[in-house]
Amino acid sequence: MKELFLVAVGAALVNNVVLSQFLGLCPFLGVSKKVKTAAGMGGAVIFVITVSSAVTWLINHFVLETLSVTYMQTIVFILVIAALVQFVEMFLKKYSQGLYQALGVYLPLITTNCAVLGVAISNASDGYGFVTALVSGFATAVGFTISIVILAGIREKIEYNDIPASFQGMPIVLVTAGLMAIAFYGFAGLI
Amino acid sequence: MNKPVERLYNGIVKENPVFVMMLGMCPTLAVTSSAINGAGMGLTTTVVLTLSNMMIAALRKLIPNRVRIPAFIVVVATFVTLVQMLLQAYIPSLNKSLGIYIPLIVVNCIILGRAEAYASKNKVIPSMFDGLGMGLGFTIALTLIGLFREILGNGTAFNVTVMPKVYEPITIFVLAPGAFFVLAFLVAIQNKIRNRKAVNVKLVTSCDAGCAGCASAGICGGHEKQIDGEAVLKEQKQE
Repeated sequence: MKELFLVAVGAALVNNVVLSQFLGLCPFLGVSKKVKTAAGMGGAVIFVITVSSAVTWLINHFVLETLSVTYMQTIVFILVIAALVQFVEMFLKKYSQGLYQALGVYLPLITTNCAVLGVAISNASDGYGFVTALVSGFATAVGFTISIVILAGIREKIEYNDIPASFQGMPIVLVTAGLMAIAFYGFAGLI
Repeated sequence: MNKPVERLYNGIVKENPVFVMMLGMCPTLAVTSSAINGAGMGLTTTVVLTLSNMMIAALRKLIPNRVRIPAFIVVVATFVTLVQMLLQAYIPSLNKSLGIYIPLIVVNCIILGRAEAYASKNKVIPSMFDGLGMGLGFTIALTLIGLFREILGNGTAFNVTVMPKVYEPITIFVLAPGAFFVLAFLVAIQNKIRNRKAVNVKLVTSCDAGCAGCASAGICGGHEKQIDGEAVLKEQKQE
């Protein structure tokens, strides 16, 4: 139990997926203009990463390792993730209208979120067990959501500030993200 | 200008994937803690990009339009796996320092973007030069960012000490926050030059320029605009 807790805190805060591993930067910089859309994206990412880390673990363990073709990991994982996202979208559309309306728009965009593939590959290379992989996937996604929501909150405030012309747009967002990354270094003492 | 040279110029200067189009941000920030890592990542991506562009251009008439994206992904993933195996065998040190970012070249939107925007519509040779140009543009950008970070954060360039002994390295530049700061300043400098050069050219933010070709166009600004647009429409209706 204690080990699982450490994995969770490590994945969510200490090695934050965006701010220290630089995975999933596209949505982090692209979909963070408003807190509401950022939270929606975060919710969809939590959902997909958790499901995909379970599925890719099963496939890696029972198919790739049994056939000893682990070098196929990259190809198999990306196809599984793409298919999974499609499937999840169809499933939600049919059985859970509420959830579909909340997450629907974000789902197709997640296939190319490198955090999903990154979590699957690092789970496999760290040799995590099923439960640990699941917890690490979930916590990583929670870390993503925390940071994207914080950035969106800051960006909403930045709109009212007087920023030098050259720094408007992407540069000021990058500076903000850099400052957030410094702040997240504070969590390093937790473990 | 003949075609190969034009494609190279286009990739390196006119549509530089990092500085102009803002594509492939993950590896750009993650592996540029030193100039050598940046160059290694850039060259690895160049190899994958050139080969996958050639393969996709060769297969462009065979791939049905409806399944083209999955087909592109399979082609790219195959080349990434090949290159990863070659690196493991011949340059293990680079393989170790790039780590997880090598398999993640698959989801680098520069590669899918070029496949969709250029290789799927053009012949093999121009596509090869397009891949080569884009790849070199990416390599130059990564090496430049890596060089800045290494000089400021470590006082060295390509592992050779360049700063005088009195210089105290600012370690934060080789850590994660430094990546954001260096890129922010490079983009700001570029905005400055662009604004001075042509007043009419609008400021390039997020991925305005490359959205049409980028496989993840939805993720970047385009999607946000769409959502914003829908929200605005709703508001107007309510009024």
